[in-house]
Amino acid sequence: MSGLPWLTLLIAVPFIAGVLCLFVSASGARWLALIGTLLDLAISIYLWVAYNPDAAQWQFVEKYPLGGGVNWALGIDGIALVLIVLTAFLMPICIGASWRSIEKRVAEYMAYFLLMEALIMGAFSAQDLFLFYIFFEGGLIPMYLIIGIWGGIERIKASYKFFLYTLFGSVLMLIAMIYMAGTAHTTSIPALMAYDFPKQVQTFLFLAFLASFAVKLPMWPVHTWLPDAHVQAPTAGSVILAGVLLKLGGYGFIRFSLPMFPEGSAQFIPLMFVLSGVAVVYTSLVALVQRDMKKLIAYSSVAHMAFVTFGLFAMNTQGIEGAMMVMLGHGLVSGALFLCVGVVYDRLHTREIDRYGGLSDNMPGYALLFMIFTMASVGLPGLSNFPGEFLSSVGTYRASSWAAIVATTGIILGAAYMLWLYWRICFGTQRNADAAAMPDLSLREWWLLGPIALAVVWMGVYPESFMRPFHNDVARLVARLDRVAPAGDSHLTLGHMNMGAMH
Amino acid sequence: MIPRFTAPLLPELMLSIGGTILMLVAAFTGRRGTALVSWLSVLLLLGATVALIGPPSHTGPVFDGMVSADLFASFGKAIMFPAAAVAIIAAHGWFERGTEHASEYAVLIVFAAAGMSVMVSATSLVALYVGLELNSLAGYVLASYRRSDERSAEAGLKYFVLGALASGILLYGISLLYGFTGTMSFTGIAAAFGRGAPSLGLLFGLVFVLAGLAFKASAVPFHMWTPDVYEGAPTPVTTFFASAPKVAAVLLATRLCVEGLGPATDAWRQIVIFAALASIFLGAIAAYGQTNIKRLLAYSSINNVGFAMIGLAAGGARGASAVLFYMAVYVVMTVGAFLCVLWMRDTEGRPIESIESLSGLAQTRPAFAAAFAIFMFSLAGIPPLFGFWPKLVVFNAAVASGYVALAVAGILGTVIGAYYYLKIVKVMYMDEPAAPYGRVRQPVQGLLILVSALLVSPLGYLLIGPLGSLSDKAAGSLF
Repeated sequence: MSGLPWLTLLIAVPFIAGVLCLFVSASGARWLALIGTLLDLAISIYLWVAYNPDAAQWQFVEKYPLGGGVNWALGIDGIALVLIVLTAFLMPICIGASWRSIEKRVAEYMAYFLLMEALIMGAFSAQDLFLFYIFFEGGLIPMYLIIGIWGGIERIKASYKFFLYTLFGSVLMLIAMIYMAGTAHTTSIPALMAYDFPKQVQTFLFLAFLASFAVKLPMWPVHTWLPDAHVQAPTAGSVILAGVLLKLGGYGFIRFSLPMFPEGSAQFIPLMFVLSGVAVVYTSLVALVQRDMKKLIAYSSVAHMAFVTFGLFAMNTQGIEGAMMVMLGHGLVSGALFLCVGVVYDRLHTREIDRYGGLSDNMPGYALLFMIFTMASVGLPGLSNFPGEFLSSVGTYRASSWAAIVATTGIILGAAYMLWLYWRICFGTQRNADAAAMPDLSLREWWLLGPIALAVVWMGVYPESFMRPFHNDVARLVARLDRVAPAGDSHLTLGHMNMGAMH
Repeated sequence: MIPRFTAPLLPELMLSIGGTILMLVAAFTGRRGTALVSWLSVLLLLGATVALIGPPSHTGPVFDGMVSADLFASFGKAIMFPAAAVAIIAAHGWFERGTEHASEYAVLIVFAAAGMSVMVSATSLVALYVGLELNSLAGYVLASYRRSDERSAEAGLKYFVLGALASGILLYGISLLYGFTGTMSFTGIAAAFGRGAPSLGLLFGLVFVLAGLAFKASAVPFHMWTPDVYEGAPTPVTTFFASAPKVAAVLLATRLCVEGLGPATDAWRQIVIFAALASIFLGAIAAYGQTNIKRLLAYSSINNVGFAMIGLAAGGARGASAVLFYMAVYVVMTVGAFLCVLWMRDTEGRPIESIESLSGLAQTRPAFAAAFAIFMFSLAGIPPLFGFWPKLVVFNAAVASGYVALAVAGILGTVIGAYYYLKIVKVMYMDEPAAPYGRVRQPVQGLLILVSALLVSPLGYLLIGPLGSLSDKAAGSLF
């Protein structure tokens, strides 16, 4: 491996491009942002290729002391790697999605997006507790500005709600981090992942981290900021919010809550399953009655994220790998669905479902791609969300059959609201003349949605290329959780298949 | 050749002698000498800062333990002198339009700096009182400096009346402490407190002295004067009040609590905890309805003093170090924010103070708005800005001493407080542009805004190492 500090570059490239954006014209900023994000994508692809899943757990490690006990410590394992690749993949698409729809204060907009990318990359690759917190919290500022400046009519309220909700969740985590650093005498995340805190303390630490990650993910009942933020944010803002920022919550559970507080986590499995179960059923039903496309997809995000918590707190290999795959699949699909909403919104400037209908007649290309993403969201085998939802359900079943029953109803409800949404928008009679007159996808829009569609198919057909990097990391996590993992009531036994007879 | 015994007091000597000479210069040159006197005062303050290197920071007790020339005091002075210099620069172009003798402004700041210098060095109640009064008297005059302006006169009067009351309370406390211990020196008082349970008289003395100091630091419940005085005083004066004297008061309280009242820690800790939490929450909640930016920043300063006091409540060298770290960063953020307020002028150069006038600043003056936003996010303690770190340091100290509940309460206060800082950012970035401000042609002030914005930007994290070890060493000199 060459000696370049790749992870620092991964953070520095968008940061520098973002600062430069402030000093150039609108079109200059657009190109600069596109080049910056593509460069970051190239770096992340290099990381993906150069990452050796069978070698050490932490790779591309860098460490420079900043003084005061804080280190500029970066390093990634397979879990962080795939999330970094997801982020880097979605970012140029976000820039492209904003190419025309953002007309005022373009340079600022691009700058905030790039700064956000830098902060997200930092959060995924930080190996120091406080460094992680700085990146994790820092992402609030650009997102606050993006929602507040370029958002819809209710943008101010939504931006405040987003900021204060997430800040409130995070500060409790900060106190827990301070306590952990003081008790364990280290701020290194890998060291803390192997440190055993006393059981009673783990309870409080887990709750403090839960406050932060539950808001971020979001889990029911602290999800209410999400629909507001999504509906008001510009298209690209929604894409990055759903595609990447929510994943920080799931990443937090995998990186902090589970390995650092195994007993604390195990203690709260019933709570997590109940919250996830309510989220799956309740938010799916809420999604069913939405009139606003973005709100519907926002609620579906909450339901999908519940699969992540189901899988994670099943504490077995299938569950955790499933949770990872749900995060990746949902990142692609929800991002793509928000883009699909953006496509028609740019034409008709409304998100009201009733204003559309029969778009498959005049926008066949759009209807095709929208269909792929709808099916993926429903969990059709062969598309990206299936491996995740399947594995996560299997894992949940191994932990608790009741939880699995509730979780799988979510898949049915998910099919209901997504298919009904698709039917109302793309099929049926063309009730509205203006909707019927909309032109099909432009070349730029094909370039935005096409790559995601390919990735969705790839992930569905051969998920192993995405799962390979984190197999070993999940195995390590499962080994650590072994002593507390729920026994389950399903009493699974391995069947004895006669492999010889099959040939 | 400087006589040896004066070497530890070199900064104070420079300020008092230099200040006296400058006062004469100001008296003889009148309005013509404004620029000369103010630049000389800036030089004097910077020279005094440089003079801190060497004996003034390593000698220890001088004048039979009246004052101590140690690293703790020098750390405070190294923050306060430059802050005072900035307050002088902030006044450039401010008083010219009025009828006042602008040149005495700089001299008064120099005298106030001399007073603060004695405050942070004081190791006896006499020196404490002398320093505090020297600083306050200069402050009263400064608050009412624009004497033709009703608000300024009102601010000065209010400050004077309440300040005199606080001094009275302080003196009463000092007399009780002296009466019950028979000594004025901090170490003597500590010895008296160390002899078994403190008597009622000593406790009363302790409470009164802390009340007097809380007034100077504008900690709740002795904060009432702050919003009115900050609003009424001319903005350069407010810049000064919010920065250096606050540091002096907080550091003085720290030294007194540690050196003088150390054995009675349990007695004062509950007072400090109450004042800290009350300041944080009142500062955060009362700022909600404000429409005047200076009033809002006044509440912000109350809020921030609360956080510094959490460090004091945590106790020990770590807590004291956290206080120092917090105040150092606080001064940079506050001075920067007030310099921005100073630049809020209409096209004819008249100052504007309403928050509304900031509307859409990001579109009319992007760099100005960016700097202001950096100060606001930093004061709110949102990472990745550097204002986050001092908050982390004080909470760290509190948790390390076992005061987890205090840290949790304090950190919830930051969330409440974040709202009004966000409101300013919202007004600047998300509202439609209001009438644009006039240009202020003060390149030095612009440079200062830039430098302080860079210091509290993420670049500030590079300073954690040096600033942290310096504040650790400075706090160590108390123990």
